[in-house]
Amino acid sequence: MKKEREEIHIKPLGESAVTVQFGTEINSFINKKVKALATKLQNDSFSGFIECTPAFSSVTVFFDPFVVKQAYGEKEKTSFQIVRAILERMLKTFVEEKESTPQIVEIPVCYGGDFGPDLDFVAEHNGLSADEVIRLHASAQYPVYMIGFAPGFPYLGGLSEKINAPRRPSPRTSIPAGSVGIAGSQTGVYPISTPGGWQLIGRTPMALFRPDRDQPSVLSAGDIVKFAPITKEEYEQYRERLQ
Amino acid sequence: MSVQIIRPGLLATIQDLGRYGFQQYGVVVGGAMDSLSLRLANILVGNEEGEAAIEITMMGTSLQFKEDALISITGGNLSPVIDENPVPSWRPIFVRKDAILSFTGCKLGCRAYVAVAGGFSIPEVMNSKSTYMRGEIGGFKGRALREGDLIPLAEENSFSRKVKEAYQRKLKQSSFAAADWHVPFERYVNRSVVRVLKGAEFEKFSDSSQKQFFEQEFHITPQSDRMGYRLSGASLQLKEPFELLSEAVANGTIQVPGDGNPIVLLADRQTTGGYPRIGQIAAADLPVIAQMKPGDRIRFQEIPLYKAEQLYIEREQEIAQIRTALLLKKWSFE
Repeated sequence: MKKEREEIHIKPLGESAVTVQFGTEINSFINKKVKALATKLQNDSFSGFIECTPAFSSVTVFFDPFVVKQAYGEKEKTSFQIVRAILERMLKTFVEEKESTPQIVEIPVCYGGDFGPDLDFVAEHNGLSADEVIRLHASAQYPVYMIGFAPGFPYLGGLSEKINAPRRPSPRTSIPAGSVGIAGSQTGVYPISTPGGWQLIGRTPMALFRPDRDQPSVLSAGDIVKFAPITKEEYEQYRERLQ
Repeated sequence: MSVQIIRPGLLATIQDLGRYGFQQYGVVVGGAMDSLSLRLANILVGNEEGEAAIEITMMGTSLQFKEDALISITGGNLSPVIDENPVPSWRPIFVRKDAILSFTGCKLGCRAYVAVAGGFSIPEVMNSKSTYMRGEIGGFKGRALREGDLIPLAEENSFSRKVKEAYQRKLKQSSFAAADWHVPFERYVNRSVVRVLKGAEFEKFSDSSQKQFFEQEFHITPQSDRMGYRLSGASLQLKEPFELLSEAVANGTIQVPGDGNPIVLLADRQTTGGYPRIGQIAAADLPVIAQMKPGDRIRFQEIPLYKAEQLYIEREQEIAQIRTALLLKKWSFE
């Protein structure tokens, strides 16, 4: 049973941001609250608000302390205290979004080999064969809980417990764009080349980050992702079609 | 009206104050590593303080002005020369058409900013002109500047034009003239102590690691760039292992991966992260670390939240004063 009421924590992230934490686990109940607060802030913000970053179970609100202090004129309070009070008021009145039919996005993945150098580690760590890891990874449906870390990078729920794997002790300095990875109970895709600490099991030829569009990320929170195994030849063909 | 890159040097990019409003899509904020220097560089030439400027890293960059221009150089002292004559920083400088500005070596700090009156006429991507190299967006063609690049300039405003014309009349022989006053900001470039707030997971670190973090010196390793600095020194350990749900990080967040070596996240940082956060650099000291380079030593000094806020507000007031003072200034020339 999931707890229906977890305590909400509001804590500073430096002097110019606060994080509202709705819980410490990944579930759609908490994630809905995250979406609701993020939407509320984007539609009806406060003086000094810069932007907010929704995550699995938290929303981080970035603000300008100078503007907040000037706008609300409460000399004896820090801008953190002022913003916390604003957020507490919002949390009392906000309404969660209604259910809508999620967009399903199929992402082709070429597993293993040079594209997935950690596939064998993930298999060994779980006492499985590499093929079983692929079968389990490609047979599930993954809700997108958040976009973060890098442009268009989806954090997905729904990874089978049988193929969890710890992060690498030290992140790689460069991971190729399209890499599909596992970290703990999470799986995701690296849309651009970047350093990162996830265990890499495959690569997709699909571009998840499109900077020329109004919504620069193909995926958004609330979508459902499915992975479809493809061969190296199919991967190359897909890349050629893109160019 | 344009600036041509004669030599790119180690790394030169177009940066402004960053790309806001798109972190929800995972889009990195980016922008100038030392935003204080970028703002002042712009203020000194009469631009909006968030206008794009060239961020020069370490050394070797050379650029040529294709028209008479009003410029400024701020940030680290990278030994700038114009046609071989040393040129002072932190003040407006008038340069003649065809003058070549070169950065000949790292004396103090590691990043300099060159602003030009009017700013650069390049397209904005997601409301910003800053270059995000990993994502290949923004700036000049989404990449670091290269030899031969011709960066177009925008029209300067009337204030900048008046100042420029005054210089044009005065200047006889040499290829540049610098104001005989400057803004006193070099002081933060040469510091090694950075003020830090305890991070969200500070208490999860072992007692000895908590102590070591604030008492010991760390080294900035060569695996450091605009995304973040990897440090070496005491290996910081958790009381007990735990997996953290990814959550937003900020400029100056200090996170510690499993190997115990802290990473300071900077301008091109990711939007969210999953490593425990031991500290958060006070915004007022971000320019200090931005001017540090691989090989430098760094020490973290703990301050409370209200103090970090006070530093932030004092910094903003100081910048506002400079902005006002410049408008009222009696412009005189050497």
